Amino acid sequence: MNTHLLLQLVVNGLVVGTLYGVVAMSFVLIYKATQVVNFAQGELLLIGAWVCWTLLTKYQVPFWLGMPMTLVFMFAFGILIQIVILRPMIGEPIISVIMVTIALSAVFQASLKWIYGVSPQPFPRVFTSQSVSFAGLQIQTVYVMSLVVSVLMMVGMAWFFRVSKWGLAMRATAFNQQVAQSLGISVKTVFAMAWAISAMVSAVAGVVVAVVNGVSSGLSIYGIKVFPAAILGGLDSVGGAVIGGIIIGVLENVAQFVDSEYLHWGNLYEVAPFYVLIIILMIKPYGLFGTKDIERV
Amino acid sequence: MATPSLIPAGDFRSSYAVDTTIFPTKTSRNAAILGVVLICFAPQMLSEYWLSQLIMIGIYGIAALGLNILVGFTGQISIGHAAFFLFGAFTSAYISNNYPIPVFFSIPIAGVVTAIVGLIFGLPAARLKGLYLVIATLAAQYILLDFFSRADWFSGGSVPATAKSFSIFNYTLRGDRQYFYVVLAYVVASYLLVTNLMRSRDGRALVAIRDHYLSAEIMGINLTKYRTLSFGLAAFFAGIAGALYAHNQLVVSNEGFGIERSILFLAMVIIGGTGSIMGTLMGTAFVVLLPESMEWISAELKGGAIDRALQLNNNITFLREIAIGLIIIAFLVFEPDGLAHRWRQIKTYWKLYPFSH
Repeated sequence: MNTHLLLQLVVNGLVVGTLYGVVAMSFVLIYKATQVVNFAQGELLLIGAWVCWTLLTKYQVPFWLGMPMTLVFMFAFGILIQIVILRPMIGEPIISVIMVTIALSAVFQASLKWIYGVSPQPFPRVFTSQSVSFAGLQIQTVYVMSLVVSVLMMVGMAWFFRVSKWGLAMRATAFNQQVAQSLGISVKTVFAMAWAISAMVSAVAGVVVAVVNGVSSGLSIYGIKVFPAAILGGLDSVGGAVIGGIIIGVLENVAQFVDSEYLHWGNLYEVAPFYVLIIILMIKPYGLFGTKDIERV
Repeated sequence: MATPSLIPAGDFRSSYAVDTTIFPTKTSRNAAILGVVLICFAPQMLSEYWLSQLIMIGIYGIAALGLNILVGFTGQISIGHAAFFLFGAFTSAYISNNYPIPVFFSIPIAGVVTAIVGLIFGLPAARLKGLYLVIATLAAQYILLDFFSRADWFSGGSVPATAKSFSIFNYTLRGDRQYFYVVLAYVVASYLLVTNLMRSRDGRALVAIRDHYLSAEIMGINLTKYRTLSFGLAAFFAGIAGALYAHNQLVVSNEGFGIERSILFLAMVIIGGTGSIMGTLMGTAFVVLLPESMEWISAELKGGAIDRALQLNNNITFLREIAIGLIIIAFLVFEPDGLAHRWRQIKTYWKLYPFSH
């Protein structure tokens, strides 16, 4: 048994897993605040990555300026999607709303392929040193950065929900829309803010992934991997999403290890999360931390 | 879904028999029979190309009908329909190649096997609300496509699988002109079957679950049973359609059956009208013929300024995906009842002409 490889893969899994956690967190944010299951989360991530790439390569904007510009753009973009497409859907059955987001993801995916082509583009170098060594393992600098950024975003999110006025308003709306409205919270604004923040957080994750792997339409797979992560953690738990993401990330890499060492099926890396997803739905459909639906009539 | 049945003024139903009849008037029944008879002459009238398009509408129409049972009547979504379709195609090809079973029997067998496989994925989710089934079918889509690309014995792996042409005992059908009648028979049979299902207690139970699942449960409808049933039926029709597709194309590969194709099936149902049986056929025709019209438009624009600026001809596949997505959104926002609703409105307008409003 190759312990060194296993350890390396587990570290990789942790890094990728925290990114899954970040994307799952932004997915759960939208679900909690607006009751919309967003199938276009991966595309939001991809749009963020492409916008940043365009600013950095086409317009030669330095990274410290390009990143805030991307965030501002995504903020506006999130609000725009909410107002133009999802606001008219309020009050429609939940399956109509799901289908709208599925269609949105198809539109974004195809438009981005149309604009940028299908071949991956390398991201400009952001760091000078390639890798740092830690306890005998070579870890790329971008991985360290990605871990730091992810943890920072999670802490930021926790602070936002616990302390800030907007975060409290969002939690109140998630708890009960009518009560929140009667307390003077503008539910419309809260919905728009949820989308805006979610788009921004996804974009940060997108840029981090792009720095590591380059930008290509394949990045939107992160939006699909959100489902195993969010279901595992419980659909309405922000903390659960983070933990679910990390578990899925590690599990993927362990599956790859088992595959390459023992099974030789090939490709297990990509499908393993979906097997997990089916198993969770069978034994514990509300996830590790999700609230069990209790219906009172 | 907002208005399931719009009944024009003056249309009163005084008995259950009248309410559940398939054809409300003699004229509509005769028109339907006449339509089927007329379409029997299609192989003689149409060119090879349009005939193959018509066959595609029939095959996809059956798959979309299955999805409409799930989406339109039970209020659940599947985005793994393309994978089940493909599973039916591979199963029928595998059965007819490896066992002494004629294609005539392998098509329904493929439908049953697909339904069983669909239930393995759907069973855990069918107990829960609509949202969970979407996610389970998403997983099914990825797991099944991965299985097809790996299982050499079943689907040929990276090499496309071959399928025999349609045969009953010793008689083999040749070409689209003869195969058309097989597809037509299956379309008529499955549409009649589903129409009759909707007139029965089981069909009404599905609609009750969609409209208000709590009330349905209180009235004694077993939610798990009916949700599972409708998901199994959806997979069954997908399998039948896939098998028909396999023996029409004679070659099956998993190229182009990703999640985009599943979204295409959803588009057929939404554009046609969720919960409308005849609407499904309209929606399918719309989606199948859409690439035609788009290719026509881009051919018209070829060489012009717009074409050079946007490179339309190089990106026609992306444009089609964008158009499908935008059309789904537009229908959901502006016309949630689909083409079937528009058609009813046109009929009502002419019924009351010239005194409509």
